[in-house]
Amino acid sequence: MIEGLTRNAARNVFYGGSLFFFVVFVSLTVHSHYYIVTQSTDSAGLNESVRHGKEVWEKHSCINCHSLLGEGAYFAPELGNVWQRYGGLNNPDAARAGIKAYIRIQPTGVPGRRQMPDFGLSDEELDALVDFFEWTSRIDTQGWPPNDAG
Amino acid sequence: MKYETQKVAYPFFVAALLLFVAQIIFGVLAGVVYVFPNFLSEAMPFHIIRMSHTNLLIVWLLIGFFGATYYLLPEEAEVEIHSPTIAYVQLGIFVFAGAAALIGYQFGIHEGRHYLEQPLWVKILLTISFLMFLYNASRTLLNGRKTAISTVLLLGLWLAAIFWLFAFYNPANLALDKMYWWYIVHVWVEGVWGLIMASLLAYLVIKLTGVDREIIDKWLYVIVGLVLFSGLLGTGHHYYWIGTPAYWQPIGSFFSALEVLPLFAMVIFAFYMFWRGQRDHPNKSAMLWTLGCAVMAFFGAGVWGFMHTLSFINYYTHGTQITAAHGHLAFFGAYVMLNLAIMTYAMPHLRGKLPYNQMLNMWSFWLMTAGMAFMTFTLTFAGVIQTHLQRVMAINFMVVQEDLELFMVMRLISGVIVLIAVLMFVYALLGRAKEQVPAEGAPHIAPAAAV
Ligand code: HEC
Ligand code: HEM
Ligand code: HEM
Ligand SMILES: [Fe+2]
Repeated sequence: MIEGLTRNAARNVFYGGSLFFFVVFVSLTVHSHYYIVTQSTDSAGLNESVRHGKEVWEKHSCINCHSLLGEGAYFAPELGNVWQRYGGLNNPDAARAGIKAYIRIQPTGVPGRRQMPDFGLSDEELDALVDFFEWTSRIDTQGWPPNDAG
Repeated sequence: MKYETQKVAYPFFVAALLLFVAQIIFGVLAGVVYVFPNFLSEAMPFHIIRMSHTNLLIVWLLIGFFGATYYLLPEEAEVEIHSPTIAYVQLGIFVFAGAAALIGYQFGIHEGRHYLEQPLWVKILLTISFLMFLYNASRTLLNGRKTAISTVLLLGLWLAAIFWLFAFYNPANLALDKMYWWYIVHVWVEGVWGLIMASLLAYLVIKLTGVDREIIDKWLYVIVGLVLFSGLLGTGHHYYWIGTPAYWQPIGSFFSALEVLPLFAMVIFAFYMFWRGQRDHPNKSAMLWTLGCAVMAFFGAGVWGFMHTLSFINYYTHGTQITAAHGHLAFFGAYVMLNLAIMTYAMPHLRGKLPYNQMLNMWSFWLMTAGMAFMTFTLTFAGVIQTHLQRVMAINFMVVQEDLELFMVMRLISGVIVLIAVLMFVYALLGRAKEQVPAEGAPHIAPAAAV
């Protein structure tokens, strides 16, 4: 199969080709970076509260139970569209109250049901989290997820 | 063992094996929570168990790679390791940082992105240790003969360290965060770690078959070329739905589909060389792990990866138990088995014995591989059902999970089998050695010394 190829030629193809694909890859991510900042996400709306919400999200590593835009763990519901699931598009106030109340009543302690811990979040932290979910729900994800179940 | 300083590898392998056991224990605990959800829900919630499981995996795999490098570098470069002291200190820092992170997790001290949960100071220590390793290994290489194997190996390790630096970058914009997060996770396992895998397999194949280096080198360059040509743009298969442009759907689908080629080439390479070379190496169990690694990596990464990599399929399967199925078999086949192969090959030399405890080792191979394969099948079934009910029928996540219970029970059972196999493996390598010279009775540690 590779009888015709010399060792040195194979080596040069490896280094040259890899460099080429590396440059293409980096160029495309640079463009994607620009696209994210200018088109697919709401850069202007990325305010203090949304940032704080992301920090709270990370502080408690919610990602190790939940998925967010399909990435993370598979133990608990997808949260990239939790805003839609709680009706945030039609009634933002009710959605906010609903998500906050849901987090507050955890853990349910129901036997045989997966548990989410109580993180002792303050009202301000909960609001920031909801702002973060709301901001995330508006990322242009090319139509993913297929439905509200996430 | 031809070079005195190869023995530096020994504590690396011991540390890696102990952390491997811990990783699997946490895996089984996570599996228990899926079946008995109230288990440990206060003392050690699922997210803590999970981050312990995945972090231990990465830490022990890296320690294993370090050990493997220290073991093969003197033979390849034909010089002693530059500084054994740096190696021991570097190992100490790495193990300390890993253990500190693990203990911290139990008290809720962690950051928030998966695989990157280590607190900042732990990340810094890991980086320092990694750089000490690279310095030590590179100095060794520069002092001696530069073979294709050692050059590709060190290139892979250097690039791994460089891409790791993205762990320190966490933009507030979630889409940007996700895009660069894959610079570590995908570019590691499907890019630069591929260089590590291919070069370590090439080393094992040379040692176990005695095939001519000229031929091996050529294969090695072709394989790692295919890895990077497909794997870099293949990152696009994670850029379908996170706010990145639509062009990633065709690009990611096309190039990630090509990622199957290097994996297939590695299977052909390993079997062809074993067929071509002499097959009487006394370390039969190392041979088994080497071939097993190529085969299982092909299935776990290649076949199970391809299954959900095309954008119009991934649209439905993204972030379901299908991903978990693939993640497990891919990591196991490509990197766990690779480490176990190297250790099985090197340990007899490091302990100054003929290949020992081979029966036990081979039993653990079959049990572990079967356990992981069965676990992958159960997760795949669970994933198909979940995809259909949740993504097509739009049924609520928690409701769908109830229908998956049977599969989660079977996953737990296979996980326990894997744990048993892992304990057998560790005993086979570290426990009391019963030398098992094959019937023909080759009294020397053939051909290792000859090539
Ligand atoms: C130990 C695992 C775990 C962790 C960690 C966790 N959750 Fe949860 N979460 C769950 C489970 C399980 C459910 C579903 C509970 C139920 O339906 O009874 C849930 C449900 C939710 C829901 C409701 C989803 C819906 O569609 O109804 C929200 C919102 C939520 N979690 C937010 C968070 C946030 C924010 C964090 C981090 C601060 C977090 N979770 C951390 C396990 C976890
Ligand atoms: C060598 C063997 C193993 C490897 C390489 C491995 C690797 C991994 C990886 C990479 C993840 C993250 C998965 C992803 O995001 O797709 C993970 C998660 C997990 N692993 Fe393992 N693992 C191993 C063994 C086990 C065992 C024996 C069990 C026990 C049943 C187990 C149970 C789990 C569970 C429950 C999760 C969480 C999945 C979820 O989020 O739903 N693992 N493991
Ligand atoms: C050795 C190689 C590989 C390893 C160790 C590996 C491991 C993993 C892991 C752990 C994940 C889950 C990441 C997360 O936590 O979110 C993942 C996701 C994925 N992998 Fe791999 N993989 C490998 C090779 C491949 C290959 C060759 C393909 C394609 C042909 C592939 C396709 C995918 C896809 C499409 C996803 C995303 C799944 C989703 O949308 O949820 N992988 N891989
Ligand atoms: Fe990938």
